[in-house]
Amino acid sequence: MWTLFQIEVYKIFRRPRTYIAFAAITGLIGIIQFGLKLDGDQYVEFMMRDITSSITIEGNILNGYQVCYIVLQVLLVHVPLLIALVAADMISGEANMGTLRLLLTKPISRDAFLVAKFMATMVYTLLLLIWLAILALFLNMLIFGTDDLFLLKSSYVVLLKENDIFWRYCGAFAFAALAMSTVAALGFLLSLFANNSIGPIVATMSIIVFLTILSTLNIPLFSYVKPYLFTTHMIGWKEFFDIKVNASNEALSGTIQHPMRIVQSALVLLTHIVLFLLISIWVFRKKDILS
Amino acid sequence: MQPLVKITALTKQFGHLTAVDHLSFSVEPASVYGFLGQNGAGKSTTIRMLTGLIMPTSGEIEIFGLSLAKHKREILQQIGAVIEKPDVYQYLSAYDNLQLFARLSGIRPTRASLMDQLAQVGLAERAKDKVAGFSQGMKQRLGIAIALVHQPQLIILDEPTNGLDPQGIADIRHLIIHLRTEMKKTVIVSSHLLSEIEQVATQLLIIHKGKKVKEGNASELFDPAQTVVQLSTEQNESAWAVIQNSAWAPNLQRITPDGIILKVDRRQIPALHQSLVQLQIPLISLQPRHSLEDYFLQVTTPGYVDTLSN
Repeated sequence: MWTLFQIEVYKIFRRPRTYIAFAAITGLIGIIQFGLKLDGDQYVEFMMRDITSSITIEGNILNGYQVCYIVLQVLLVHVPLLIALVAADMISGEANMGTLRLLLTKPISRDAFLVAKFMATMVYTLLLLIWLAILALFLNMLIFGTDDLFLLKSSYVVLLKENDIFWRYCGAFAFAALAMSTVAALGFLLSLFANNSIGPIVATMSIIVFLTILSTLNIPLFSYVKPYLFTTHMIGWKEFFDIKVNASNEALSGTIQHPMRIVQSALVLLTHIVLFLLISIWVFRKKDILS
Repeated sequence: MQPLVKITALTKQFGHLTAVDHLSFSVEPASVYGFLGQNGAGKSTTIRMLTGLIMPTSGEIEIFGLSLAKHKREILQQIGAVIEKPDVYQYLSAYDNLQLFARLSGIRPTRASLMDQLAQVGLAERAKDKVAGFSQGMKQRLGIAIALVHQPQLIILDEPTNGLDPQGIADIRHLIIHLRTEMKKTVIVSSHLLSEIEQVATQLLIIHKGKKVKEGNASELFDPAQTVVQLSTEQNESAWAVIQNSAWAPNLQRITPDGIILKVDRRQIPALHQSLVQLQIPLISLQPRHSLEDYFLQVTTPGYVDTLSN
């Protein structure tokens, strides 16, 4: 099993396609950093235009934490596509290349082979998120410095103290990794049903778009299914930035307003991952290799 | 002697289509078992079932005396297979591919050993080159090196000469003979090209529409005493009449637009030729037909006999 896992990780990182996602994230974050570094003041002015008349803010608003939040809001919507590029190719890509039949004539169990591939997919997902964290958080902290984080919510403003932010990002990235692992598990499952990777990649994204629309539609009919859709819980990372307030509306450092929501969302995502893996194993055990 | 491979009533259905229909055969150790059939006859499906790629609908597969359904891993440790095209990882080098599949086969060969294996298939000089730049023949040779890297007892080659040039085909033929005679391996080789199989196979199985048509050794299927000869003359009808009144009359089979068909002992062909000259038949050609090929077409092509007779 360990050998299989090593081989799968080796194969992932020898494929040029793997680096598309890393390059895309690097390019996108680079562009955002470049734009904000050159023209950040105007951006802040635009962002604060509605509240500058009622409150006065001092300090470095466009700091590394702020930029990281902007990056996450923009990128976490698109990262599933980058995840699907590799995850939805894991089995279908082997079928397309014709290597699946060669692999499965070797003395390895199908279950072990599939689990090794799944674990390798998770490693890829995790490394992509770590790369995102390095560029979006650590690099931005270096470029823009650190200060308090100022977040505009729909009906209120959250101000997080500088020393109360870093752990929230750690939690947010860990949660994002779980959410992206769910996408990877879905793509992985769909890759079992095709002999080329285009179909599973498109199918993965279509399902995510479809379920995201269902998750965001405020129609009572769908409210019963929403709590069970993984897409409803994928944005759970934002909960790390909601802080508790006391009776005098003062923020309580080191707190999260709805910690149970995070736990609940994490459990729903984890359940989906396990479910997708179990279905994958069941399908693969019975699958005739015709490619 | 206990057969190395024993297949009993093997059946595979894809929906309503029966690709393999109650197929039974056995393969003796240290033999080359030729698996013949037209495209779509069920050869690849059978071979995929032998290697565990496809689950049989019913029937039994025993290899090395073990049930494939229960001892798949142990059995596959002793099998090397190239199924259809020898597809490997294009983005890896020949050496990396061989090393990767060796590890998957449960062995960790040394660099020298891997290079030796590549040298045996003539790829040592291209060991570090990516497979993406390889010709079909080179890929086929690498596929065979991968199949043999763990020294298996049974080698399964599905259409190994597909897409190869004449030199490549000859190389594969020599390799199969070498595997049996020098290395005492058992080889199952499938093809729709009879001419390739008959040169290497010690046993033959002809299947058609998933069913066994004939099993036996090549000499059994191709009886030299029953060689079909085709005569072409300037006037076939009058030649037919002359032969009917000669000692060769019992050998006459039929007359076709291409000539006269006789069945003779292969050793009698020179005497036949001499007689035809003596009978003053204006001969254009005298051709022994490939009787095994005739046989193959006869059993696998509906109406083939009729086309010969017309």
